[in-house]
Amino acid sequence: MTNPNIPSFMQTGDAATTLSRRTFLSVSAAAGGGLMLSFALPGFGKSDPAIEKSAAALNMYVRIGKDGIVTIVSKNPEIGQGIRTMLPMLIAEELDVDWQNVRTQQADFDPKYGPQFAGGSFATPMNWDPMRRVGAAGRQLLIAAAAATWGVPASECETSLGTVKHKSGKTLPYGLLAAKAASLPAPDMKTLVLKDPKTFHIIGKATGGVDSPKIVAGEPIFGIDVSVPGMLYAVYEKSPVFGSKIVSANVDAIKSLPGVRHAFIVKGSEPNGLPDGIALGLLEGVAIVADTWWQASKAREKLKVEWASNPISNQNSASFAKQAAALSKQAPAKKIRSDGDVNTALARATKVVEAEYFYPFLAHAPLEPQNCTAQVRDGKVEIWAPTQNPGPGRTLVAKTLGVAEGDVTIHLIRCGGGFGRRLSNDYMVEAAMIAKLANAPVKLVWNRQDDMRHDMYRPAGFHYFKAGLDAQGKIVGFRDHFVTFGEGDKVANSADMGENEVPARFVGNLEYGVSTMPLGIPTGPLRAPGSNALAFAFESFIDELAHAAGKDPLQFRLDMFGEARVLPPPPGLRFGMPAPSFDVGRVRGVLELAAEKSGWGKRKLPKGTGMGIAFYFSHLGYFAEVVQATVSPAGHVKVDKVWVAGDVGGQIINPFGAENQAQGSAIDGIGAALSQAITIEGGQVQQSNFHDFNLIRMNQAPPVEVHFKITNNPPTGMGEPALPPVIPALCNAIFAATGKRVRKLPINPADIKTA
Amino acid sequence: MAYTIKINGKASTVDVAGDTPLLWTLRDVLDMKGSKFGCGMGLCGACTVHINGVATRSCVTPVSAVGTASVTTIEGVGESEIGKKVQAAWLDRDVMQCGYCQAGQIMSATALLTRNPQPTDRDIDDAMSGNLCRCATYTRIRAAIKQAAGLPTDDKRGA
Repeated sequence: MTNPNIPSFMQTGDAATTLSRRTFLSVSAAAGGGLMLSFALPGFGKSDPAIEKSAAALNMYVRIGKDGIVTIVSKNPEIGQGIRTMLPMLIAEELDVDWQNVRTQQADFDPKYGPQFAGGSFATPMNWDPMRRVGAAGRQLLIAAAAATWGVPASECETSLGTVKHKSGKTLPYGLLAAKAASLPAPDMKTLVLKDPKTFHIIGKATGGVDSPKIVAGEPIFGIDVSVPGMLYAVYEKSPVFGSKIVSANVDAIKSLPGVRHAFIVKGSEPNGLPDGIALGLLEGVAIVADTWWQASKAREKLKVEWASNPISNQNSASFAKQAAALSKQAPAKKIRSDGDVNTALARATKVVEAEYFYPFLAHAPLEPQNCTAQVRDGKVEIWAPTQNPGPGRTLVAKTLGVAEGDVTIHLIRCGGGFGRRLSNDYMVEAAMIAKLANAPVKLVWNRQDDMRHDMYRPAGFHYFKAGLDAQGKIVGFRDHFVTFGEGDKVANSADMGENEVPARFVGNLEYGVSTMPLGIPTGPLRAPGSNALAFAFESFIDELAHAAGKDPLQFRLDMFGEARVLPPPPGLRFGMPAPSFDVGRVRGVLELAAEKSGWGKRKLPKGTGMGIAFYFSHLGYFAEVVQATVSPAGHVKVDKVWVAGDVGGQIINPFGAENQAQGSAIDGIGAALSQAITIEGGQVQQSNFHDFNLIRMNQAPPVEVHFKITNNPPTGMGEPALPPVIPALCNAIFAATGKRVRKLPINPADIKTA
Repeated sequence: MAYTIKINGKASTVDVAGDTPLLWTLRDVLDMKGSKFGCGMGLCGACTVHINGVATRSCVTPVSAVGTASVTTIEGVGESEIGKKVQAAWLDRDVMQCGYCQAGQIMSATALLTRNPQPTDRDIDDAMSGNLCRCATYTRIRAAIKQAAGLPTDDKRGA
């Protein structure tokens, strides 16, 4: 699924191969006699060799000190996906150093780094090759330095854990070779020899997070922990109905409350021409700035704001459902795909199945509420931000405050969860504007209610399916009328559906169409955007078809996908890039692995217990998952176990991280399916905290067994693709247990009770 | 007004309104930022500290209610044998993803193991279900608690 918040040129795995060919490296002496490898992970789009080879573009570095300590800059935001550990692992492996001697350092945001964001599970495919080449270049230099020192051919030398060894038995540690290596010419990045994976001692080894010791000790490493001299604390009240303007506010009364330094109205700005979801502009509100956050929050209790009337205050969840039902009776406003002749196929079908599916709006609810620290001095803005996507944030701040982008510095601070919420930078522009108006460094911290009620929500959606089966139980016709949000043809952010949604390309007569409803609340990508919702609807309906055909749901899918082959990307571009190819062999591989590990079809289950299977391909990862669930007669669901089978290529880089992401994704998806929904009433979000928007808890979390199918493909990311299939696998398990089909999320016990 | 509270064995005097939650006193007055703000309503457990050894949500505990009780925070939990074991198990299992909730998880786990050194799965559920993990690292939290308790676990440490 395409994510509009991520540069379109990145929405493919093919970018990775282009990148590695263009990685440019230079060698220099580091302060104190070490070796500095500076390299540019080039920008995207058209290559500009002049820029890439200029000194200014050499932005990332690896430094080997005289003491043998290796320092590696990590450029991407850390949101819990483990990137600050994984990218340095790639370099350290090929450099052939002891991981214990590696230090990592977080880079600030700077356009010279190229893309710096956390999203789309892109970091692995993009960096797998270039990062290893940088390490290999360093190793080659150190060998050359040793060979020159000893007067022997480089071919007689090898390395081991930060030491060069000659076949005679002589050794020299990297630290003592660093200065000499720094005087050598940079190796040719294209002809470097990379390690045989059999010799890997870092890649493929379970490696703990580099920040983990600080986390268990409670060190202040998150955005909310930032402290700046002279800093004041801010809260910011915005309209509960999205985007309302202020008629009046009692700011003068607020100013006299304990600890309050400032209270003022912040004028909103219009959306400023940046892509959807990145910039709604600055939303109007009242800022209260105090000596402590608690004093600002206490003062906020006395705040009275009169909000102007707002045309979206007639929007609510119930009316969306009515509108969608009405739209479903009409032809779709726009065709997404049309193959063959669906009407004739359905007319001739032996069996026709129709079903309506619904999934709700969801909040991201990262556990660290949105926050940001900013200071504006002499026309320059300095920002400390837990953001997944600093680039658009900087543009938004510069435009809104009327300063040059070059005058905005952004420090990337570890995020207490991202899930896509921090791809938007609304908190950043608020903090910057409040700091400017208060003329002081300010830390803005939202409370949980602010966070729940001012999100860029995972869009709700409605699917109206109709499909026909022939006498052999094969799908002969398939139709989906997708009712989503937007204006006419323009679908809201993250509320669209691609033309290749399975079973497209596996059913000859198939139509996908879309209709939209206007929506006043902002939407945006949530972990595995699009996929996290579409997987539920499509893979549940496919399961319905399997049962209607009287076939085993696993076999039905294997039959539908057919023999192993690679479907090429469809012609033409989508969002400026080709779509990835689709490898049916990999689909079959993970389906069969999930079945084998879970004992699919081989285990006798008690009454009220069932197993469900589902497959989904997203973010270049192939995942099949089996859920076993037990449903009480009253409809209470207990998830007994989950089996995850994933194919993310030929190498699991950090098994700790990969397994953790897979387990977390599965449990996260189950939590959403069991109890999460954001509902709209009068243009306002009704939920406010974790009592009415439930995150899954320890006592509901099932064991999750994770298995990877290793295939001869480049490694791809783990942040997202394990999530989508778990939701339909759970709903399909509930059907197996009860005979009741879940067509509406979250799962309502009343819909599945058997007594 | 001034309150003297005992935190990690050390007395500190703070001048704040009595209804100021212990959490914000720790974070913004005493500059101890390990305890985290997540919900402000005692729903997520990110702010968990020990008060006289009992896991307590500091976001809903007014500073005026602390009195002479001993407060232990994540910054001091490693001083106890059990706290140290829990921290070590958390690192050995690489429990954390984003890590934001983990201070609270470690505090709840340490309180559990202090009063119940050999917890069953059910005991773990009961003690830990007040602590949300948005990244859903529950599988490893459970494994780390068992490891700290010297109990066998199903977790294969990524292998």
